[in-house]
Amino acid sequence: MRRYRKPAAIAALTLFGAFLLIAPQLFKPYGVFILSTWVVMSIAAVGLNLTLGYAGQVSLAQAAFVGIGSYITAWLTTHGWPFWPTYFFAFFACFAVGWLLGYPALRVQHHYLAFVTLAFNTLVYLVFRNEEWLTNGIYGIMNVPRPSVLGWSMNHPHNLYYFLLAHLVFISVMTWLLIQSPWGRAFVAVRENPIRALSLGIDTRRYTLMAFAIGAGLGGIAGSLYAPLVQFIDPTPFALTLSLNLLLMVVVGGSGYFFGPFLGAIVAVLLPEWLRFAQGFYLMAYAVLVVGLMVFCPTGLLGLLDRIFSTRTTPPGQPEAAALAAAGPASEMAR
Amino acid sequence: MKTVMEVRNIKKQFGGIVAVDDVSFDVREGEILGIIGPNGSGKSTLFNCILGQLQPTAGDVHLEGRKVTGLRPCDLNKLGVSRTFQLLQVFPQLTVRENLVLAGQEHQGTMLTRLFGPRDAGLSGAADKMIDFFRLGHLTDEKASGLSYGQQKLLDAAMAFMAGPRLVLLDEPAGGVNLTMLQSLRDRLKAMNTEEGATFVVIEHNMEFVMALCTRILVLAEGKLIAEGDPATVRQNPKVIEAYLGH
Repeated sequence: MRRYRKPAAIAALTLFGAFLLIAPQLFKPYGVFILSTWVVMSIAAVGLNLTLGYAGQVSLAQAAFVGIGSYITAWLTTHGWPFWPTYFFAFFACFAVGWLLGYPALRVQHHYLAFVTLAFNTLVYLVFRNEEWLTNGIYGIMNVPRPSVLGWSMNHPHNLYYFLLAHLVFISVMTWLLIQSPWGRAFVAVRENPIRALSLGIDTRRYTLMAFAIGAGLGGIAGSLYAPLVQFIDPTPFALTLSLNLLLMVVVGGSGYFFGPFLGAIVAVLLPEWLRFAQGFYLMAYAVLVVGLMVFCPTGLLGLLDRIFSTRTTPPGQPEAAALAAAGPASEMAR
Repeated sequence: MKTVMEVRNIKKQFGGIVAVDDVSFDVREGEILGIIGPNGSGKSTLFNCILGQLQPTAGDVHLEGRKVTGLRPCDLNKLGVSRTFQLLQVFPQLTVRENLVLAGQEHQGTMLTRLFGPRDAGLSGAADKMIDFFRLGHLTDEKASGLSYGQQKLLDAAMAFMAGPRLVLLDEPAGGVNLTMLQSLRDRLKAMNTEEGATFVVIEHNMEFVMALCTRILVLAEGKLIAEGDPATVRQNPKVIEAYLGH
């Protein structure tokens, strides 16, 4: 099956890309809104995948970064700022907060880190809810304007969808380049074996911080795009539930797989909508499906596909024979 | 011969247990120094104290005259000290070439230039040479997880040499390796010393392997240095025989 892996991946990507391009013509406005939400959540999940999937740091703070990005864009654009400066500000602010949080938080690992980031998410949520002078508390920020690009207004849902999709493509390409660079290799080394990574000269602390801060920055970008999409920002969407949902997206899609978050976001954002035919039972059906998925493929959907496509088609024993041949005649005698 | 590393009065205590007790020695340029001793004699603890994985209770380590005691392993590596571990430590998800590129990439430019530089950090050529040197050419693009244990040991050793270090410390390189691969490993390490002039320190249990590979041997027992000399002298030393065979 291994030889079909690449063609199958290219075919699936082409088909999915074509679907995303024509999707607005196939759906009603609500469908386009849900797809746009999928795009935004995919960006946040791509950021979390970098932190969790590649650098191996469990973070339950991604919703906080999405929230910070959303509030920055919502607050500034409703105070007369154009969209683009707020977009970059959201990225850099979340990057900086991620870096500052990472310094003390990354001294601990695994579930301890999860607890620290969980506490941070709760703290940020409480700031959103209680600091009315800044965030308007539970009343939120209304009428967040939608951006326009070179005079092209994003007020129409289709335009906004394509605008968001272009961001997703850009961020995906940038992330792909990052994980293919020596940094990406160092992230994997830090995740797989930090002690060995250190002995190879890899500054594990600095790389972990970088992965955490970039992941946070991508959360900020997702938030900055979420604000004009929903046009009303209040604290509720940025509670711990969103962090857990984003974690679900990464894990269900396949943690550490580049396309995992996209697939996971389909499960977390689109699947509940498709299950609405079950009416009152749709969330129960969704929960059962997710539990089943995790029981039968704990490495996520892409982990499952990877297993299927990694099946050997060459007769076993060939590499061993090649190794013995390369080791020379002595090895033949030893055999 | 020039001294590459000086280890002076290293002591490591875990509560009431003295794992390494006042050990001093020099590593000279171009030599293969073996450190042997029965189980629990403090060999790996000594390595970990030298390499910054453990903070010694007392004593100092100098690398070419510079005090390096307690430096982080990554900083020590950047100064030219590399190591392998007792248990296999390759990255199973990466290919053989990627493992080698990873082993050398932090010595190429700065963090920023590595981000915007080439994907292989300009090390593919050097990695391929190392692959050929360790006779892993037929496995270049195989994931490390697909290699046999012996091949992974060869890769592990090759990674330690990838950044052209001043000194390499190998912790039980022969552990668990079958006879065929052991011969190949010894041959490659010897070649690395004679052809490339690499200096290294080897901790090993396999006496035959150590005697054939090393030019000088130190013997540890109960954390103390009990003998030092060339392989033939050490083999005849009554203290060494007693340490290995017991009273």
